[in-house]
Amino acid sequence: MTEFQHRQAAHCESGVTSALISHAGLPLSEPMAFGLASALAFAYIPFVKLAGMPLISYRMWPGAIVKAMPKRLGVQMSMRKFSSEKEGADALDAEIGKGRVVGLQTCIYWLPYVPDQFRFHFNMHNIIIYGREGDEYLVSDPVFEMSTRCPRDALTRARFAKGALQAKGLMYYPTSVPNEIDYRTVIPKAIKANYRNLMQPIFPMIGIKGIRYLGKQILKLERHKDRDRYLPLYLTHIVRMQEEIGSGGAGFRFVYASFLQEASRILNNDVLARASKELTDAGDEWRRFALRVTRMIRGREEMNLQVLNEVINTVADREAAVWNMLKDFAI
Amino acid sequence: MDKQSVPQDHSSTYEGLRKLLYAVDENGKYVGVPSSGWEAESFSTELAVNEMIRQRDDAWQRARDGRTSPLEYHMYRNRMDFDTLVMTTGLWRWRVRRHFRPGVFAKLNDALLMRYASAMGISIESLKQLPDAP
Repeated sequence: MTEFQHRQAAHCESGVTSALISHAGLPLSEPMAFGLASALAFAYIPFVKLAGMPLISYRMWPGAIVKAMPKRLGVQMSMRKFSSEKEGADALDAEIGKGRVVGLQTCIYWLPYVPDQFRFHFNMHNIIIYGREGDEYLVSDPVFEMSTRCPRDALTRARFAKGALQAKGLMYYPTSVPNEIDYRTVIPKAIKANYRNLMQPIFPMIGIKGIRYLGKQILKLERHKDRDRYLPLYLTHIVRMQEEIGSGGAGFRFVYASFLQEASRILNNDVLARASKELTDAGDEWRRFALRVTRMIRGREEMNLQVLNEVINTVADREAAVWNMLKDFAI
Repeated sequence: MDKQSVPQDHSSTYEGLRKLLYAVDENGKYVGVPSSGWEAESFSTELAVNEMIRQRDDAWQRARDGRTSPLEYHMYRNRMDFDTLVMTTGLWRWRVRRHFRPGVFAKLNDALLMRYASAMGISIESLKQLPDAP
């Protein structure tokens, strides 16, 4: 067993999954893991509230990468949940004792090494445990620059926190990986599935249509009954969803653009290279939207919801252009 | 985004950490670039944190005036909202809402109090009390 290498990632789930598979002998970058999972998305979900705000997601739901990507690559993953804390802790110790490196789903709020500002009751934080010294586990949390440690009690608590999307101690690790990846097959498949996420959504609040729907919701704020208090909170909520939760910048758009570029190199394909550039532009537009929002709230620019709606629609146009390029992508 | 445009604003909300962004280097190649913060983002974080503090202080004042129970204050104090408290305790919504009534809360048995206290990671004693300042 080789020594585990901590590697920082933008996002916890693609970071953990790519690190586990790389460690098992199949080198995989974070963007490649994200892209092969077809994880890019957009969803505006008004009936799921986060601190009173609608859920806005820029990727597939949590768990999609850990499940979808290994399947596509032919990686066998062992995934176990536990009915009791003791069972979960014992199973972890047993695997670590064998020298295995495992992924865990945790609630970030209970991890003591996480700075205060990042501690929210969020149950879908993925980390890697690669060893144990006494009552302390050696932790590779991919969103941090360095590996760290976590005491036993705190880790158990984080694994078994209750609430939405609770982990129930979920522990996973690859049991076998193929010798190589058949990129010529899996990349077109992954892109096709991702095309459906964004261009053929089952609900109008999802995909490119969902982005335009967000623009319409912004326009509606004008008539909100508690406008002065609600407007800044709502607009910055969008910015936070887009930038804060380990997105690699611009709501995973740069991660996916990086995947497209890597794929274009592997397959020596120019369409993918151009799509990567176009998506980078769309990501830059998302970042301009964030800047614009904060400038308006701070009064450095006049608050104009019509303008923000136009920016959002420009984003949607640019993203639609990317997917139209990729529509019939095949090797 | 170009590598040079990756913001390095040393945001206090990052508490000295750097997070990884993906950006394009001088050869047009995507690379991971650590960022020490972005003004636009930290402004948004601060606004959300201030809103939580405002709700906490408001609940503290109402608890002090006897218009809500210490439970609501501790909920905000431990970075929860109503939905989170409902889900982490597994209680019915109407029951939790009822426990916001000071009279009802004062009579809760230890088993129920324990359920709230352990969801928040605090002791029953601190759950029952309202501190002198929020």
